[in-house]
Amino acid sequence: MMISAVSTPEGGVSLPLDNDEVDTRHGPILYMEDVSVSFDGFRALNHLSLYIDDGELRCLIGPNGAGKTTLMDVITGKTKPNSGSVFFGQTIDLLQLDEPAIAQAGICRKFQKPSIFDALTVFENLELALKTDKRTWPTLFHRLTGEQRDRIQDVLQLIALSGQQRQLAGALSHGQKQWLEIGMLLMQNPKVMLVDEPIAGMTHQEVERTAELLLTLQGQHSIVVVEHDMEFVRSIARKVTVLHEGSVLTEGTMDEVQNDPRVIQVYLGG
Amino acid sequence: MNLQNLIQDKTYAITLAVLVVITFLIPICNWIFPENSPLHFSAYSVSLIGKYMCFALLGLSLDMVWGYAGILMLGQGAFFALGGYAMGMYLMRQIGSRGMYGNAELPDFMVFLNWTELPWYWYGFDNFGFAMLMVFLAPGLLAFVFGWLAFRSRVTGVYLSIITQALTYALSLAFFRNEMGFGGNNGLTDFKDILGFSIQSDGVRTALLFCTGLSLAGALLLCRWIVNSKLGRVVTAIRDQESRVRFLGYRVELFKLWVFVFAAMLAGLAGALYVPQVGIINPSEFSPLNSLEIVIWVAVGGRCTLHGAIIGAVLVNYAKTVLTGLMPDAWLFCLGGAFILVTLLMPGGIVGLLRRPRKLPPAVNIIGESA
Repeated sequence: MMISAVSTPEGGVSLPLDNDEVDTRHGPILYMEDVSVSFDGFRALNHLSLYIDDGELRCLIGPNGAGKTTLMDVITGKTKPNSGSVFFGQTIDLLQLDEPAIAQAGICRKFQKPSIFDALTVFENLELALKTDKRTWPTLFHRLTGEQRDRIQDVLQLIALSGQQRQLAGALSHGQKQWLEIGMLLMQNPKVMLVDEPIAGMTHQEVERTAELLLTLQGQHSIVVVEHDMEFVRSIARKVTVLHEGSVLTEGTMDEVQNDPRVIQVYLGG
Repeated sequence: MNLQNLIQDKTYAITLAVLVVITFLIPICNWIFPENSPLHFSAYSVSLIGKYMCFALLGLSLDMVWGYAGILMLGQGAFFALGGYAMGMYLMRQIGSRGMYGNAELPDFMVFLNWTELPWYWYGFDNFGFAMLMVFLAPGLLAFVFGWLAFRSRVTGVYLSIITQALTYALSLAFFRNEMGFGGNNGLTDFKDILGFSIQSDGVRTALLFCTGLSLAGALLLCRWIVNSKLGRVVTAIRDQESRVRFLGYRVELFKLWVFVFAAMLAGLAGALYVPQVGIINPSEFSPLNSLEIVIWVAVGGRCTLHGAIIGAVLVNYAKTVLTGLMPDAWLFCLGGAFILVTLLMPGGIVGLLRRPRKLPPAVNIIGESA
């Protein structure tokens, strides 16, 4: 049993999870089996099968058009596959749920382009993401508890935006926006974090801190990172999955993957 | 709190204060001073101010939908008219046997159509409480059904705007038909009493103005409370990044629906207050042109500010009163010109001139589609 996902982290980021209905007794928290998606005849995903273990940090790489973003779309409910099955734990069929339900179940996503709310302050952005009752009437009457405020402050500190919490999010630098969106993921206390190109537009130091952050989060959350920057992937990845033309080409450590002739062929031979 | 917010709060506070002063001052003056005194407001100015306040309430309701939720609603006038019809039906029932045909059971236009009994949907409207309930329920229900269908199928942007325009046009055609039982193109008029008092009397006019002023001030406070609540922030977030909000676990369609129905009810209330003050409700209130005008009021006053909608509604309608008197043919050109000028030169409207927009990033376009 993988209890580690709910144990209190060193960083003090996560509250104890209240819903533990995700059944991860067999190890994986995310199952994708034989998933195919086609758009107008183009096969974005082609009989793809992928398993993400509970608490694991997995990197997805692959050339453009390999299906990385489509894969995230399928998991988060944005795109419904033509065939195949996607399960969250043993029991939750993600194909039966829509985007809000999947998000509430504990799968959160950071988009390729930073998707934050420019017209709201940094603090308000995090407040909206906070894991709480998200129906209309409770939202209307919602007041932050002291505990929730503390949690927002914790996350603000973690993403190094404490000083900017009253600023409009639109005024942040590109790298800070990326961090804010990662912070929004943390506020949702997700079991699975899907992180699409987290370091685009970041300075060298920001990249290093992002790597550190992701490394501290693994174990508490299962994290799937899509990234083009091989240096970055090397610095965080234990296990790398290479996608090519909509299916898994190979899986392994960074070294194994980089020495795989098929991978070299795909990246260089075209 | 920075300076810009302070100024915004100041104009808001001034608007609210002016509103409250007018609401109380006019009835008090009319009560204290005799009719020939210069401090006594004439029946004409009382009903004119009352009318402006109704429009302000209508503008406020549109600002909730358009300014905050980003739905460019081109049919808000439909909800206003429905509320007006609900009130009109109550007033019709109060006429009793004093109509031209002296029929105590049927309104005049039904007698004229040779109808022998009251249609079922007129039942209950002789009761003021029931009529007031319908003032909120009729627009609310229409908004609920329409919004549910539109938002659930994720119709947004310009497509949604066109459908809302079609909605109000369809209603205007329906209400024009005599067979609908709402008085056809003449609508409902010749009202006599409200709650047993003569609707023409000075006292009732002043009381109606007082109620309208209180409703408007109350609605302004309520709307401000809502947009400052977490729901208000969720709705703003939906306006700017709809799909992102969905991935945060919010049911976007239900939030839009909530605001849409709330605003429809506000518009219905505005219509209900409007009808006894102008003495008539007819299908022209459903005309698409009316709904477009509301958008212009809000744009001129300043979208996404609440009190801007009130300022815009009052100013544009005052200009309308003056200009249609001076040069009736030119009015529509002035209105269109004002809209173009505001869109090009002052996207934040009049209130926007006093502050930088906080809630409205420059990238948000009129139809509220995030790029």
